[in-house]
Amino acid sequence: MTFRKYLVLAGVTVFAAAGDSMLSHGMKQVGSISLHHLPSVILAVLNPWVAVGIVLLLAFFATYMTALSWADLTYVLPATSLGYVILALVARFVLHEHVSALRWLGIVLITGGVGFVAGGPEITVHPREDREVTSEVEDIPPLAKAARPLGSAQGKSGAPEKASVRGMES
Amino acid sequence: MRSIYTWCAILVIVFASVVGDVLLAQAMKQVGDVGELRRRVGILGVIGRTLGDSTFLLGVTAMAFAFFSLLFALSWGDVSLVAPAAASLTFIGNAIAAKFFLHERVDRRRWIAATLVAAGVALLAG
Repeated sequence: MTFRKYLVLAGVTVFAAAGDSMLSHGMKQVGSISLHHLPSVILAVLNPWVAVGIVLLLAFFATYMTALSWADLTYVLPATSLGYVILALVARFVLHEHVSALRWLGIVLITGGVGFVAGGPEITVHPREDREVTSEVEDIPPLAKAARPLGSAQGKSGAPEKASVRGMES
Repeated sequence: MRSIYTWCAILVIVFASVVGDVLLAQAMKQVGDVGELRRRVGILGVIGRTLGDSTFLLGVTAMAFAFFSLLFALSWGDVSLVAPAAASLTFIGNAIAAKFFLHERVDRRRWIAATLVAAGVALLAG
């Protein structure tokens, strides 16, 4: 993992949390929208909070897709779940809302989960993959590199679990 | 009876978002490392290649379906159950789906991470 990749993961986390809270703040100002007056949803975009929220969520989507292009789904999802923690901390220290003991426990569990997944490799390297070997997976054994045929189909054709080589060992 | 409907709605949301996440992850693996691709074909090339990927479009459709079913469920269901249950079960569902459909190596470390995060999200959102 390079510094740039950590930055992308941080982007996923922060953009999602900030986008969601701005959208939520803006929609509370706009007021409730009934199903019978759906066109008023379009007017909601005129609210600056909603507009900024949408831009941030687009940024979230772009960084999320970038992260998925070089990391496993089961790595990206837990690693970026700190957004929930950020929201709770903002609620406590910026908005001065009460955070219950159960919620603090939730914060501890999520942080622990992030720590667990971040200590492991970010991508499963299949022997039958046609993607380029990036600098992070240099330390796979030469045998596994040789077993990777160039220009083959992507490794979705059921490469057995046993055969997968871990790029980085913690 | 109402709780059965609520749980059905939760299952629909979880199913749709897991399908969406798996399809998007698969699509981005097909597109390739965005950082390297951008150096070769530029940012517009990356966007074009991503939007032209049919798996990506299917994934976005599934995500949109999940989003609207969540909105729908929140409009009549119990918010304090629907929101945390859907968010939390999606983490578990994604770990299972990623193992079987994306052939990711979901080792003990990742199972523990997914379970801890799912439990934490359930507590935080509840």
